[in-house]
Amino acid sequence: MYFEELGMPLAPASLIASILLVAALALALLRIVKGPTPFDRVVALDLIGGICLCIIVLFAIHFDQQVLLDAAFVIAIVSFIGTVAFARYLGKGGDQ
Amino acid sequence: MSWIVAILLVLGAFFAFVAALGVIRFPDFYTRMHAATKAGAFGACLLLLGAALHFGSTRAIITVALIIVFFYLTTPVAAQTIAQAAYRRGVTLWPKNGHDELAEDEAE
Repeated sequence: MYFEELGMPLAPASLIASILLVAALALALLRIVKGPTPFDRVVALDLIGGICLCIIVLFAIHFDQQVLLDAAFVIAIVSFIGTVAFARYLGKGGDQ
Repeated sequence: MSWIVAILLVLGAFFAFVAALGVIRFPDFYTRMHAATKAGAFGACLLLLGAALHFGSTRAIITVALIIVFFYLTTPVAAQTIAQAAYRRGVTLWPKNGHDELAEDEAE
């Protein structure tokens, strides 16, 4: 219902991009479930942060609102800090 | 212009999907880290370039440039930090990987 309002080139591109991003989220979540070590789970979590940034940018283009790009910036900062904190905690001998 | 934005959207989403596929399919932790960080950052930056071309305003272009610079500065740092922590905790390499250069450097 939303996709026809975008016009010819953007409507199928937005649909294909959203399908691909949801498939990527599902694959990264599968690696979080079956990862043998905690480090695999941290890498998959970092990738999920990147995919969330991609989805927010897709929303910004889709609903034509520039304000969502600031939310993407905040997501990038928080994802980086979380990844580094996980690496420090696991490297110092935390949860094996 | 709209066609360029559409092509950038599909390409960026495709590279993010390739990153997730690499995280699933690779046999080793280090190769998974490689695929996730590099391809994921590239796909996100393609999508951000598409957003900057779509809006075209000064504020959107400045925000997108900030995000791209920050992403390209912090993604290798995070990847190297996780890999160093995993190596210190003794995560094994893939057996077909050849030789371990870091162990040879620390043995000298």
